[in-house]
Amino acid sequence: MSVPIKIVESNDPMADPWRVAIVRPDSRPSARATEDRFVMTFPHLIVREVILFQLVLTVLSLAAIFFDAPLLGIANPLETPNPAKAPWYFLGLQELLHYFPPVVAGVLMPTLAVIALVVIPYARINLVAGPLWANASAKKAIALGAAVALVALLFGAFACWPIVVPTLALGIAMFATRGWERATSVRRLLWEVTLPEWIMTWFVIIATLLTVIGTYFRGPGWSWVWPWENAPRG
Amino acid sequence: MRVSLASRVRGSAVYRSIVRHGTTATNRNRSLVVFENLFLHVHPVKVREKTLRFTHTFWLGGITLACAFILFVGGIPLMFYYHPSVPQAYRDMKELQYVVDNGVFLRNLHRWAAHAMVLVAVLHMLRVFYHRAYRPPRQFNWVIGVLLLLATLLLSYTGYLLPWDQLSLWGVSVGTSMVKEAPFIGERIRFYLLGGNVVSENALLRFYVLHCVVLPVALLLLVSVHVWRVRKDGGVQGPAGAERKNEP
Repeated sequence: MSVPIKIVESNDPMADPWRVAIVRPDSRPSARATEDRFVMTFPHLIVREVILFQLVLTVLSLAAIFFDAPLLGIANPLETPNPAKAPWYFLGLQELLHYFPPVVAGVLMPTLAVIALVVIPYARINLVAGPLWANASAKKAIALGAAVALVALLFGAFACWPIVVPTLALGIAMFATRGWERATSVRRLLWEVTLPEWIMTWFVIIATLLTVIGTYFRGPGWSWVWPWENAPRG
Repeated sequence: MRVSLASRVRGSAVYRSIVRHGTTATNRNRSLVVFENLFLHVHPVKVREKTLRFTHTFWLGGITLACAFILFVGGIPLMFYYHPSVPQAYRDMKELQYVVDNGVFLRNLHRWAAHAMVLVAVLHMLRVFYHRAYRPPRQFNWVIGVLLLLATLLLSYTGYLLPWDQLSLWGVSVGTSMVKEAPFIGERIRFYLLGGNVVSENALLRFYVLHCVVLPVALLLLVSVHVWRVRKDGGVQGPAGAERKNEP
């Protein structure tokens, strides 16, 4: 517990020649006791780093021996493959193009995502967040419910089910944890999840889902196909 | 008395001029190993024992850096065999396949390391988020991390065009047609990026320069700052940052 420091000026220099001020209450500033044990960086950390590098190199070398990088025919601007797909890490965005106008899916949404990532450490909500339902008022519950419903409606208006379904599922899960303060094990852990963590989890699930759909479930004309009936590309 | 070759080398004037500290296993010498070395001095001399545990960071940043190193080194021999021109770029892929010793291995390694780097960098970011390691004093290092993720994506994407096969051409066409949609400046940015209105030989050359010079230099600088700040901010932050507090 920190007690507010009170500075008292001493105005009798003869009686108290050295005292400029006294800090009350009269307790020494104590350094926080640390139980951390330290070890020498060399060899303990350096050896682990070398082993880590060797493991990564070994795994990637094995991958390079057993799996060949794809190489199709020479680039031909006159022959458009159907579908033309971006690399896998952009297929989530390309999947969004299916639901939204290009300026929304290709510019607005990625820009917002990057801005949201950058401001994480500067947003107060991320710095002080406790368990979502700790001391939560009814007002907070209503606001959260409205936010979930609004997001679901907004994306539902564009028939963007890969966003609507996880939004509703996570919204329901979020409200389900409300009464789990006294629960044990997993339920208690879920009760402790903070709002920023719910939001990030929502974002990760949607990004993964969109990427997987774009990669494995989209065929000619960006129509829905099952991975096992995917036509050969090229 | 027999003196081993290794200890004679270590005792020689030349060796001592390169490595100044002694070789006996004292903590003083172990400290000197770290802070007398340009590359190791991004580390402090001592580290918290708990930070070495696997679950502390899952070594995800380290794996990302290892991938980056493999990509840097492996990219150099690939540059030896590559011409950023049409149609020679594609022929060089065939040369790698049929003529160059271990050419297929080199290309495969570069390809899979690139995919792994994107994936592991994302996992690293998520680990940092859920451990709340972005909290003060590490706020700005998180921002640098986001920039590094963007640089990684751009590196991967510019490299995607270089084989100049159908996959490259159309993958990049799809992506750059999205750039075009940015209001006011989209068309212009796309023109500068491609050196024209379509993905052509000019785009190949620009992507090559970005991939082999501009972006690697940017990545190297950002990684240096990122790793340096980890040390300055008190080492890697593990799950301790995620301690739950019941705050209203």
